[in-house]
Parts: sequence; structure tokens; C-alpha cells
Amino acid sequence: MKNEGEMANRPDNTAFTQQRLPAWQPVLSAGIVIPGFVLIGLAFIGIGVALFVTSQKIQVLETDYTGAEQGSPCYDCRDTSVPCVCRVNFSLSKLFEGPVFFYYGLSNYFQNYRQYGSSRDDDQLSGYTSAFTSPSETCAPYQYNSQKKPIVPCGSVANSMFNDSFKLYHVVNGQPRPVPLDGKGIAWWTDYNIKYRNPTVNGTLASAFADTVKPINWPRPAYDLDTTDPSNNGFQNQDFIVWMRRAALPNFRKLYRRITEGDYANGLPAGNYTLEITYNYPVLAFDGRKKVVFSNVSWMGGKNQFLGIAYLVIGSLCIVMSVVMLIVYAKYKFPEDEL
Amino acid sequence: MAREIGEPREAKSSKVKQQKKRRSKKESKTRTVHANILYDHAKGDDNPNRHYANNKIKTTKYTLLSFLPKNLFEQFHRFANVYFVFIALLNFVPVVNAFQPELALAPVVFILSVTAIKDLWEDYRRHRSDKEINHMDCLVYSRTERRYVEKYWKELRVGDFVRLRCNEILPADVLLLSSSDPDRLCHIETATLDGETNLKQRQVVRSFLDLDCEFDPCKYNSVIECEKPNNDLNRFRGYIIHRNGRRDGLYKDNLLLRGCTVRNTEEALGIVIYAGHETKAMLNNNGPRYKRSKLERQMNVDVFWCVIILLVMCLFCAIGHGLWMYQYGDKRPVFDVLSPEGTDLSPALSAIYLFLTLIIVFQVLVPISLFVSIEIVKICQVYFIHQDMELYDEETDSQLQCRALNITEDLGQVQYIFSDKTGTLTENKMVFRRCTVAGVEYSHDANARRLAMYQEMDSEEEECTSHGGTLPRRDSVTSHQSAKVVLRSQSTKSHRRTGSRAEAKRASILSKHTAFSSPMEKDITPDPELLEKVNDCASQMEFMRFHSQPFSHLPSDLSDIIDFFIALTICNTVVVSSPNQPRQKVRRFELKSPVKTIEDFIKRFTPSRLTSGSNSSSSSSLVTTRSASHKACSSILSSPSAESTLTKLDEERSRGGTLDHAFSPVPPSYDETKSLIQEEGELRYEAESPDEAALVYAARAYKCSLVGRLPDQVTVELPHLGKLNFELLHTLGFDSTRKRMSVVVKHPLTDQITVYTKGADSVIMDLISPPATDHSKGKRQRKILFKTQNYLNVYAADGLRTLCIAKKVLSKEEYASWLRRHLEAETAIQGREELLFESALRLETNLHLLGATGIEDRLQDGVPETIASLRKAGLQIWVLTGDKQETAINIAYACKLLDPEEEIITLNAESQEACAVLLEESLHYIQAKFLCNASTDQHASRVYHQDYSALHVPAPACSPYASLHTVPFLVHRLGLVIDGRTLAYALEKSLEDKFLAVARSCRSVLCCRSTPLQKSKVVKLVRNKLKVMTLAIGDGANDVSMIQVADVGVGISGQEGMQAVMASDFALPRFRNLQKLLLVHGHWCYSRLANMILYFFYKNAMFVALIFWYQFYCGFSGSAMIDQWYLIFFNLMFSAFPQLITATLDKDVSAATLQDLPQLYMNGQNSEEYKPYMFWMNMIDAFYQSLVCFFIPYFAYSDSDVDLFTWGTPITTLALLTILLHLGIETKTWTWMNWASIVFSVCLFFTVALCYNASCPTCYSPSNPYWTMQRLLTDPLFYLLCVITPITALLPRYFYRACQGTLFPSPVHIGRQLDKLPTEIRRHLLSQTRVKLGSLGALFASRSSSFAFSRPLTKQSQRQEKAVAPPQPKSTEVTDTPRSSKHPENHLGPSQKKEKRSHSQSQRSRVSALTDLLDNTQGPLRGPSLTDTDTLPYTRELPRTGPVLEPATLTAAVESSDHAWVTSTPLLPQTECIQLTLSRPGVSPVIPNERSSESGLSSDQRFLSQEDRMEHTQTSDCPKENTLKTTFL
Repeated sequence: MKNEGEMANRPDNTAFTQQRLPAWQPVLSAGIVIPGFVLIGLAFIGIGVALFVTSQKIQVLETDYTGAEQGSPCYDCRDTSVPCVCRVNFSLSKLFEGPVFFYYGLSNYFQNYRQYGSSRDDDQLSGYTSAFTSPSETCAPYQYNSQKKPIVPCGSVANSMFNDSFKLYHVVNGQPRPVPLDGKGIAWWTDYNIKYRNPTVNGTLASAFADTVKPINWPRPAYDLDTTDPSNNGFQNQDFIVWMRRAALPNFRKLYRRITEGDYANGLPAGNYTLEITYNYPVLAFDGRKKVVFSNVSWMGGKNQFLGIAYLVIGSLCIVMSVVMLIVYAKYKFPEDEL
Repeated sequence: MAREIGEPREAKSSKVKQQKKRRSKKESKTRTVHANILYDHAKGDDNPNRHYANNKIKTTKYTLLSFLPKNLFEQFHRFANVYFVFIALLNFVPVVNAFQPELALAPVVFILSVTAIKDLWEDYRRHRSDKEINHMDCLVYSRTERRYVEKYWKELRVGDFVRLRCNEILPADVLLLSSSDPDRLCHIETATLDGETNLKQRQVVRSFLDLDCEFDPCKYNSVIECEKPNNDLNRFRGYIIHRNGRRDGLYKDNLLLRGCTVRNTEEALGIVIYAGHETKAMLNNNGPRYKRSKLERQMNVDVFWCVIILLVMCLFCAIGHGLWMYQYGDKRPVFDVLSPEGTDLSPALSAIYLFLTLIIVFQVLVPISLFVSIEIVKICQVYFIHQDMELYDEETDSQLQCRALNITEDLGQVQYIFSDKTGTLTENKMVFRRCTVAGVEYSHDANARRLAMYQEMDSEEEECTSHGGTLPRRDSVTSHQSAKVVLRSQSTKSHRRTGSRAEAKRASILSKHTAFSSPMEKDITPDPELLEKVNDCASQMEFMRFHSQPFSHLPSDLSDIIDFFIALTICNTVVVSSPNQPRQKVRRFELKSPVKTIEDFIKRFTPSRLTSGSNSSSSSSLVTTRSASHKACSSILSSPSAESTLTKLDEERSRGGTLDHAFSPVPPSYDETKSLIQEEGELRYEAESPDEAALVYAARAYKCSLVGRLPDQVTVELPHLGKLNFELLHTLGFDSTRKRMSVVVKHPLTDQITVYTKGADSVIMDLISPPATDHSKGKRQRKILFKTQNYLNVYAADGLRTLCIAKKVLSKEEYASWLRRHLEAETAIQGREELLFESALRLETNLHLLGATGIEDRLQDGVPETIASLRKAGLQIWVLTGDKQETAINIAYACKLLDPEEEIITLNAESQEACAVLLEESLHYIQAKFLCNASTDQHASRVYHQDYSALHVPAPACSPYASLHTVPFLVHRLGLVIDGRTLAYALEKSLEDKFLAVARSCRSVLCCRSTPLQKSKVVKLVRNKLKVMTLAIGDGANDVSMIQVADVGVGISGQEGMQAVMASDFALPRFRNLQKLLLVHGHWCYSRLANMILYFFYKNAMFVALIFWYQFYCGFSGSAMIDQWYLIFFNLMFSAFPQLITATLDKDVSAATLQDLPQLYMNGQNSEEYKPYMFWMNMIDAFYQSLVCFFIPYFAYSDSDVDLFTWGTPITTLALLTILLHLGIETKTWTWMNWASIVFSVCLFFTVALCYNASCPTCYSPSNPYWTMQRLLTDPLFYLLCVITPITALLPRYFYRACQGTLFPSPVHIGRQLDKLPTEIRRHLLSQTRVKLGSLGALFASRSSSFAFSRPLTKQSQRQEKAVAPPQPKSTEVTDTPRSSKHPENHLGPSQKKEKRSHSQSQRSRVSALTDLLDNTQGPLRGPSLTDTDTLPYTRELPRTGPVLEPATLTAAVESSDHAWVTSTPLLPQTECIQLTLSRPGVSPVIPNERSSESGLSSDQRFLSQEDRMEHTQTSDCPKENTLKTTFL
């Protein structure tokens, strides 16, 4: 409170109120920015080189198995109305260093489509039984089936779940030897353990899904997704969770398995391999493509040369700019000093 | 008779109606006012006054109930708000919704409520001030209680009787019916209305004039008919109808206006005529205009563009979506979702839905938070302007007030300043400076020194006077008036109590001003020489008196001196009082009737009266007088006939020889008073105008002091001679048309009837009797005249207000014949004012010049500097004043508004046609003179003006001025002076374009005698026609409408009243504060806001474009990779603070540099910071940056298993970082707050993101970003992106900015570079480069020149830095007066010289071709005027024969130049020759009309008899129909 004295209206004489705060006043001009440009340029080139080298070391093996072209292994399986198995052979000339990540990839598949993305019920996926009986409106038209029975898991995302399955065989001496595929931990830990919960009910998991129907496209209900591992069923199914995390771009890959066990812990040795594909998922209707990808990863993720190149380009650009600046500076500053 | 009165008025009103076409039929009728007390019993319906507005005022916009709907309604006027609500509502439609509806609603609600709260607060303030005013007290007569009772102002009704006490503010427009003043006058101070602090006299209505008794409301039964409420302060017409059928006219002199203050009058009674909103004061208060700043208008255009961009983007996407859908045909992809009903949407329909969805998604493109941010920033700016120490005035303890919160940035874009004069430029304190008596100049050097000293210690002294105060004087008690005074002091107190603090402060300020008692004004150091002469003269006179010698033997120069001082002392209306007595108006017992009735004159010539007067005792009080004469009340309307008066006069004249009593002993009554005064100490003088007081104080310094003034007698104390009583026969008051006042007295020593006249030199010098040609006396006379005129010129050049003092001795016969006519005029009912005017003109002829005085109306501190600085900043300054022309011109010179070196065009026209001709002439004149040698280069034109005969060589091309809107318009070194009446003509539709064309080509414009409405009209005209930003500054209520009309209204607080302040957008303590307000705060506010707005557009476009690019990768489905929370809160939270801080605190150039280099202000005037192309450049940059921010992550994450929001969140982060760094590039000063805000923003984003992403695993559908950010933070790729993306995005801008700083720095850039230098060097450099900067208006006009300028500057600065600041002795010397460097050429850098040379060369070729031609054409034009210059002052009206603008010559000049410049200068048609002849005197058919608009009776003048007119023309020199005065110095 100011006193009611003579200078009651007198403004406070502080640096702030008088706008006299100490301030740094950078004046951008050629002379000042040249060192900055040089520094940034050099640093970027350094990082760029490091990234590029790292990225070069990563091995990637991609195989398209859509079967759109005649003569490709899965050409006969295009009609997905009947179960079909096709085999893709490939060979490695040298050791594919481990741990090897096994992805399936889809192209021209718009998982980021707006209505598609919202067509799910997160409450249901968190195991709230109330959401079982009355799924969210957002799931429509995959909310109830024609008999008005609730669909669990509801929605388009779940309904369109990728259901091809793969088996990898290492052909040793002509004999196919199955490569163990690790299906654990391919989804985010938080998803598997926190976000996706199976309903807590007495009795079997199946009883929780009573009075509900499976998604229309699914061959089996949710509680029976993984026939081999009972604990990997319901919503807490790795493949399901991976699928439910929508891809950002229309060409995407999703982690299918990792090869970390047994003889293959250090990677896939050189040799011939056979990939046995259970071909269920139709993509040709929308000109989609399916592929499998084997890749190992570095500290910065999968193989991506772009970032290294970008750093290199920007770094060099900075150097070029600094040279331009130097010329500008020389032309407009130096002559006058001589005057 | 009544009809006769009525008709001219109706004729007048119909004329008004023609002028103001909007007046309705109803208004032409009159208003009838009955006394309310007659209808007290009939409560409502029967009261004839019931239809009139009551006195309650209400200026608020809302009531409690109407606030919400009305405010929302008003807010929805803003397009943006409608848009936002529309978007929010769109979200509730399921098919198209993009976000959770509730979430989408949040920003809109937030924005609406912030604005609503602000509006509510403002309205509450208005409500409080209304309430305060409505609840002020006043005394109203109550029939039931048979006395005056206290009532609130708001309870007052039309027809109420009110009793007004001294120092009370008038609650409504009141017709004065009675006054305690024996003269039946009421003094009012109209400071709050028209800004003039002098006291105005108002007269009791004629019918009640003769009333000797107390006015009794109960006996009042007349009916008043008057005109409908109107806003003309200077007009009031009507008549009062008494029960006996008699009618009396009512004039503006009878009306007391609301808002005025009663002064020097114990008590006045009146009836309310207009109340509340119908009062003239309120009608003059045009409602406030909603002001929208120029920047905001410009911004709205770009907002509109944003909407278009938005629609285009949405349309594009919608079409894209339709096509995308179409390509799938019937094959439904698995990721396509059917409608909820399971049906398939057609591509077209889904495209339409998508269009709406995208509007929601892209809504941020139209910057929702921009409007709120602007409001917040403006409030902060207002706060800082408020807090500025330099805008605080210690004397009045007042600081700057920002009353308009939304136009701070307009301060930085002002192009025209319209200023009031009195109280705004000047202190309104008159100080005697020097004088000339009988041709001898007394320079009063000591006095000048004393004044100079005061100038320095002004502040301390001001404080003293304000604390010493004069309030006790007003509340004091005199012995014989105790009862009344007690009452009054009580009422005064109660009034004070109810008033607010501001009110009290105002009262004290006012009293300070009316007192004219600051030592500076009072203590005049006499000139020793003159003092000696006065003593000498007085002693001689004493000797002569003693020896009964006739006084004619006195040497004429000595008698002139004593006459001069007597004139100074008595030729005024100054009232004497002593410090402890409010007024020294001690009345003589028998003086029942007021002065100026015929009886009175007769009485004065009868010795018996005098005797009785001397016998009367001072103890007789007014009260007893009144009660004694109470019985005479009924016979109020008797008036003696003129004949009887004259018979008496004749009788008296026959006894003329007996009049030797003139040197009569001082009446005892006076002695008592005198002794009282001497006990009390020094006398105080209360004057109608400050200069009167100044003159009286000046005379007192020479021991000629005014010691008493009675209605019929003035007492003067002279050295040696003691006290002398001058019989006051007549006072012919000051009149703006006559420009002089006279008193007719009987000189006690010489016993002659003497007329003392005091007036403007221009008129007095013409009235001086032509000196006799024969003998030496005549020669001497001529010499005196010549010398005096020369000194007057000198005074005027010094900016002093000059007054001439003259006298005239009348013989008895002359006096009698004059008196006869004068009495006729006095008694005339119709046209009385005109007749009196004529009468005065008859008297004031053949005067004998005594001397002249120079009075200084002291300018406020720093006014000339401020004006110079503002002018350098490219501001046009016009002064609009109600003052008379001479004063205004003097002040204009003093404050350097007009330059003695420059030419002045004076426009005084008496009719519309004359005005048209004048304007034509001026236009042609300017054209002829400046057409081909006008110059933008100030120095060149300076050279030119110093030497007129030399041809002006370095002149650029001619100015094409025929088109009004050609910009830039060349401003010549010309001054334009125009008076109020001419202005009225010039503002007519047909002439306004011409007027503007003339005015805008003048460097300064001075409008004198302008009414408030005219002021606002001028401002409006300039604002609308020239499309410029205007600022009006004023201090009085007469400036209110001007202040409101201007784009920026500034009030000067603490001078007079609060009305100007209330109406203003900004209130300053002093005029000089305007410099900092505009040059510094204006510049800052503008550049800050402009940059912020541009930044906002960029920011939003950049952010939205990210989503737009994504549409190409999601099938144009309206999907966003950025979480909806980030989308909505990005603007409101994450990126909001740094930009607010920057927009509030950023200083592109320091305050010191901005003030030292006013040229930088042009930055804002030309809207350099925010040009339309900048918006598009920013948009392009935004799209580029968003491309970078989108595609670097895109490629970095392509072919990976990244999910939608794990990919989108880095993009959001990158966008945020880019946007913040972008702001960093644009930030000029980095305080810790900038750093903190940026760090805070980044931290806030991450904190919110982390919390949000950890808060709920199942919520926030559809993004459901659980643990996304946490995972990203462990990803090295994320960091790598964060490094490269912002740098890549900002590289071009950074590169551009860096190059700009070196290659083509803007003036602001240079200012900033100057800032970097140490203070000493900077000062030195500035003083050196000042001239360069000053000379370069071209700096801003062309890039190349600014470039040329910057190089030597930067070079110098570098050299200075390298020299490690050698302490130059020069620099310290220069720092004090950096403006004083006078040799521009010496400081020009080499490059500049070169440029100048080439410039002038190119011009020379063109100009030399014209040289001969111009020599021919301008020779006759200039020759005569040059010869005149030696003898004539510029304030003096040139006779028409002064051949400055001989039409023939002019036309010749125009014609010949026309030949030369056929192509480049479209000239006006040649018909002017015919029109020009109209203006010659004698040819004009219009009746000469010398009266000012104040009398407003032009139609009535037609009633003047032919004879009168003849005399009129004789007396008033030559009736100049119009004069175009063009003078040189």
C-alpha cells in the first residue's frame, strides 16, 4: 500500500516498471552470426557422419508376399475366403546379426483414417464389464451385431485385426528347422500391463465374454486368440495390442516377433530359410501390400539413412552460408574501415 | 414586441435548420418552462415540465440484468467471436465432430469471459462516476418548507429554483434570476466547459434586474419560452413572459451552464431550464466512439485472409477426400468405417462432412487466442505507460492515465496532432515582461532574469502555491457578513465532502489558477529607468497639484507615463480583495441599483450623490440595504425614460463648472477598508483574464496600485499623490471583435473625461489619431508611433502577447452627444448588443497612443522542444484554440510552431464566397510559389527562406497537389492561420477539399476562435479525408468533442477540470509528456503489437499447416497426428507466455535513442513493422517451417513401426521449439523474463505432456496417448530430431535477418546499433549525426538513401569502439544540447555529400530552365511584400492594398507556370480571375460583418440602420471583407 502522502500517485521506480530491466540485445548482423554458422555446420556434419555410419551397419531383409503378381509365392492365396498357406524362400549370405526383429508390413493401409481411429472402446479394452454389455457409440457400426448382441472388442480397429501368421524355418541340410519366434514383449509394456486388461471375473476368461459376440471378421473370439498360450488371450494378447496401436502413416510395419532364443540368439546364420505364411488378410481389394521384414536395430532404431543425410546436408548448408556471410561482411564492412 | 423578438429567432433557427439538415421539425419548436413550485400539488401529470429530462445522468452501457445478453451481443459483433462459437457448436454435431465437444468449448468460453469481465469493470467505473455526480448536493427551493433544501443533483427537475453559492458547480443549465451581487451579476468560471479560467459575467434576467429586494420564488409566476436543448454553448435565446403580458428577451448572458463554477458571487438564484442529458454541457459530450486501432483494422483484413486460406485448405482436403473415396469405388477397404447405420457414405457426402470437420481441426488458423493476447498485452502496455516515471508530474502528483485500453499502439502511428492552446501548450499564467511608453522601450532586463530564474525553480514554487492554497480566502469570514458567510462556508465544505478526491484536487487547482497569485506573476521587477521617471512625474504632479497649476504643463512624455500606468491600473475589470476577505466589494449605502442604468449616470453627475456616498458608513451591510428596499419589490419593471435622463444630464452640464470636487477627499468608507487591507497585508487581484491581472501587478510594481474598485469608482494609489478616485463612468467591456476594452473615467487631477483604451495592437494602432503634420509635436507623435510599432514587432517576435494602451480626452459636449446615443443603445430591447457595440465603436476613435506592453503567457516547460521533436518525428501539428488570433499567433511563435522565417497565410473571411475566393487564392499562391521550387529537403528550404531573393537551387520535382489524396503531399514551410468564422465556411462541404489542400501543404496550421464543435469537425475532416491517424490533445471541456473524434484523444490533467480527461483515451500531466508518450511508448506499443500480430499469424499457420500436410497421408480424412489437447492448448498455454512477455517487454530501440532520434517514429507512421506483404511473407515462412517440421520426422520415421501419436508428439514438440526459437530471432531485447518464459514454456509443455500421458490409460479417446511422451524421452531419435528440425526450419529467416542487419538495415536497426554503443559515444555520435538523420526524410522514403546513411554511421560507430572511447572534451559539451549543432554540411559523411551532389545536379538542370521564368513571375509577387516586411509586423492586418496577392499578378504567375508545367501540374480552371474581383472591397454585396460568431446574430445585423453602418465602416478602419495576409520576416 502506498501512503496517502504527497506522492501517492508516484509510480514505483523499479527497473521492471520503468522497463529498464538489464537485457541482452543481440543485433543480428553478418559479423556476429558467422561463428555460429560455422559451429553449427561442423557439429551437424559430425553428427551426420555418425548417424550415417550407424545406419549403414543395420541389416534389413524385406520380402513382399502380397501375391499380386503372377508367379509370386502367394499368388494362389489371393482369395482369402478359403484358408491358404504359402511359403516364401530366401537365403542369407552372411550372418544376420541378432537380435533380429521380425515385422510384418502393410502398404497403402490407412490405419490413421479418422473414423477408423476412433472406432474403438478403450473402456472395454480396459476390462470394464459395463462396456461389454453396452459398447461405446464410437464403435458403430461394429457396436452390435445384427442380433443386437454387443461385439467385444467392438469397433473397426479390432475388427480389422491383421490375422496372417508366420512360421520361419531354417533349412539345414534340406530339412526345415523351425526358428523359435519370441512373441513376448513386442507390445509396449504399459499397454500390456496397464492399458489393456482382461475383465476380472470368476471362472474362465470365456465366461466373461458371455452374451457377447466376436468381431465379425475374427475367426475366433477374443478369449481364444492365442491357442498356444492361454495367458496371451483376451485383450492382453500381444498381437492384438500391437495392432490396436495405430500406425502413423499408410505404409507401416508392425513388430510380429523377435528372434532371440536358442541358436538364433546371435542372429540368423547364413543359409536358406523358408517362411510359411498363413494367408488370411485381404489387402488387394484396396491395392494394399503385405510384406515381412527382418531387421536388426541400432541405438537409434531401425535402418534410416535419412537423418544422417539430413544432418550432413544442413551442416554443409551452414558452412556455405557462413561463407556467404563472410563475403557480405567483407564487402560491406572492411572497405569502410579503410576509409 | 414579442412577435418582433420571436421572428428573428425563428428565422435564425430555420437557418440553423438549413445548416444542420438532420434537425427534426419538432426541434424548431420551443421549450416552455414553468416554475415547478406552482405545480407541486399536482404531482405528475399536470406539471408542464414533466416531459423534460431530469437531471440524472447515466453514461453506463449496461444494467445488471442487461449485462449478459447485451455484452454477449456486443461481443458477437466481433466476427472472430461468432466464428469461434460456430466452431464450438459444430463440434456438437456427431457426424463432423473432431474433438470432444466440451474441450472445444473451453477456449471460446475463456475468451468471452475475459472480455466480459473487462467490459464489466469499465462499465462499473462509469457507473461509479455517474453516481458520484448524481449524488452531489444542491439547494432547491421547496414550496412546502418555504426554503431551500438540500437535494441531490439527480433530483433536480426543469423548473426548479436553485440557489447557488460561491464555488459551487452548477448542476444544470440555470437561468439566472437573482444574484447577491449588487451589479446583479454572477461570475462563473467556465473552465470545465471551454477551458478558459477567467471569470465570465452573467447577468440577471432583465426583468429582475431592477428588483431591489430578495427574489422570492413564491411570487414568481412567469413563463419562460426558450429554444430546444442544443449543444451550442454560445447561444441561448428565448423570452420570459410575465403575468402582466410583458415579455423580455433572454440571452446567453442570462444562462449559467452546467459544469461551470460560481465564483466571486455570494449567492445566485435561478430556475432550471435544461437538466441532465439536455444540458448544453452534456449535449456537447458526444458519446464515446468505439475506437478500434489502425493496427487492429489492418489485422482484421489479415484475419479475413486467414479465413480464406482456411476455407481453401478445407476445400482442397474435402475434394481430395472425395477423390480418395471415389478411387476405392465399391471395394470397401477394411479400414474404412461405414456410417453408424452400416450404410455406405457417398464420396460427395463424406467430402461435405469432411469439410466441416476440417474447419474444426484447422480452426487455429484463425488465431483464437490472438484477440485475448492482444487485450492482455495492451493491458500490460497500459500498465507500463502508467508506471513511467517520466510521465509523472510531481507538481500535481498526477501521472499518466490510460483510459482507453485498446488503442495503445495507435500512439505509435499518429500523423496529425491537434492541440488546444491555453492550458495545453501554455501554463495559462500571464507574466508582465516589458513595455514601451511614449516610444521608449523599457526592456525590464531584471524582470526577464527573474523570470528565467523562476523557470528553473518552477516546480518548487508551484508546490508552494498549491500547498499554501487559496482556499482559506474563499471560506473566510468578514465581520459584517458573518451569517451569510457561515452558511456559505458550510455549504462549501459539504460540497467538498461529497466530492471525490479528484474533485477536491481540482478545486484546489482551480483556485490556484484563478488567484493569479504565484509570485512569478505578482513580483515584477521594475525597470529602474522607468521607475525613476514615474517617481519624477508623480512628484511633479504632486507639486503642480499643490500649487494648483494646470496639469497640461507637464511634459508630454511624463504625462504619458503616468497615464500609461493609470490606464494599466484602471482599464480592466479586476476586483480587489485582500487575503482574508473574499471580496472587497464594499458597497455604498445608497447604491441600490446596479451600474449602467441611466439613473446611475445621472447620479454621478450630481454632487449630492457623492456627498451622501462619502457620508455612508462601511458598516452598512447589504442585508440591511435589501430589507430596507424590500417594499419596492413589486415595482420591478419600471424604467426611466431616456429623455428624462438627458434632461438631467443637460442640467448637470450647465452646472459643469462646479465639478471641481473631482479631486475629492477619499471617502471615509474607503479609508476603513484601506486600513483593514493594510492590516491584512497585500491585496489580491481577481481578474477576468490572466493578462489583466498581470498588467495590474505590473502597474503596482511601479507604485501605481489599484486599491479598490467600486461599480462607479476606481481608487488608485500613486506615488507621492496618494490615493486618487477615478469616477468610473462607463466600462466598455472586452469584445473579441473590437479586440479592445475601454473605460470612461473622470480624471481626478485634470478633471477631464478621459477614455482609456487597451487592446490588441492591430486594432489600436489603426484607431490612433493621425498625428498633426504641421508642428514638431506631430513629428514626435509620428516617431512615437513608428517606434512603438517597431517594439510591438519585437515583442511579437519574442512570442509576447502585445497590448496597446491609448487614451482620449473627451470634451463635455463630445461626451454628451456620445452619451445620448449610448443611452439609447442601453435601453434598446431589440438589438441591444449590436447597438452597444456600435456605440463603443463611436467612442474609440482618434486615440492618443500611450504605450504598449508585452505579456508572456508562459509556455509549459519543454513545449517548443516537444513540438520540434514531434515535428521531426514527422507529425503535423495543428493548433486549434478558442483564443483570439493575435494571442494564438504569439503563442505559436513562442512554442516554435510557427517559425519567424516562414511565411504565414492568414485566412479571415466574412462570407462563404469570400472564403472560397481566399482558399483559391491561397492555393494558387502556394502553387505559384512552391510548385516548382518546393523542397522536401529541409535544409535546402531553410537556405531558401533565409535568402528570398536568391533563387532556390536544389529543388526536387513539383508537387502534384491537385488530387487531394496524392501521397506524399509536400509540406512547405508555410503557416496557415484561420479564424473561427472562416473555418466555419471552410468546413462547408463545397470548400472542405480546398481547405484541406491548403492546410495540408502548410507546415503548421493555427485555427483561432474555434468552437468546440468546429474543433471536432476539423479533426473529423482531416481524419476522414486524408485517411490519417489523428491525435487530439486538450485540457478543457471545449476540447472534449475533438478528443473524442480523434483516433487518439489525449487530455491534459490537472489543469482545468476533468472533462477532457474523462473523455480522453490518455490523460497526461503536461504537454511535454506527449513526446515520450508518442515517441517512446507509442513506438514500442506499435512495434510490439505489430510484431506480435505477425508472429501470431505465423505461429498459427505454421501449426495448422502441419496437420494439413498430414492429410495427404491419411486419405484426407481429417485425422490429426497431434493430440487434440495439444491442438487446443498449444496457443492458449504452451506458446502463449513467451510471446506475451516479448510483446510486453521487447524494446526494439531504447527509450533514449527513440527520443534522440524522433525520426524513428516514422517507422510506425508508415506502418513499417506490419505491412500487408509481411503477412504473406510470414505465411510463406510458416508453410516452409511446417514443411520442415513435418517432413523431417516423416522421413526419419518412415518404414518404422511408429504409431500415430508417438509420431505426432515429436512433431508437436518440434513445432513448439521452432515457434519459440522463431520468437527468439524476433526478440530484440532479452531480459531474464524472456529467458524464463521460454524455459517455462518448454518445461510446461513437457510437464503437461508427461502428466497428461501418465494420467489415464483409458481416457482421451481417440488418441489415448498413454505413456507416449515417456517413451519418446528415452528415444535418442527424438532428441536428434529436436536438434536438426528447428535449426533447419529457422535457417532462412535467421539468414535473412542477419543479412538485413548488414546489407539493408532499417532505421530502427540503426537505432538498435546505436543502443549498443556506450552512452558517451552514442551521445557524441548522435550529436554528430543528428543533422544527417534530420536531413534525411529520404531515409524513410528510399532504401538507397538509408543505406547510404547507415554506412558512415556504422563505420563511425566501429571506429569509436576501436578507439576505446577516448574521452573527448567535445562530447561532454554536446551532451547538454545535442540539438544545437548548427552546421549540417560539415557533418555530412562523404557518401552523403556525394549523393546530395548528384541529387542537386539532377535537379539543377530542371530548375535552371525555370530560373528565368520564375524571376519574372515571382518578382512582382515578392517585391512589394519584401518592402513591407521592414515596417509591418506579421500580426498586423495588412490593408487590402498591401500587394502581396494582387490577383492580376497571381494569375499571371499561375498562368506562366502553367505553361511551363503543363504536363505535371493540373491547375485549377482559370475562372478565378472573375472570382478574385469579388474579394475587392466595395464590390462585395455582403454587409460588412465584423462581429464574431460569438454574438451569432448575423441576421440581426441587417436591422442596423444605414447610418449606423456608415459609422461602422468609418470607425472600424476599412471593412475588410476578407484579408489574405502574407507576410515575411
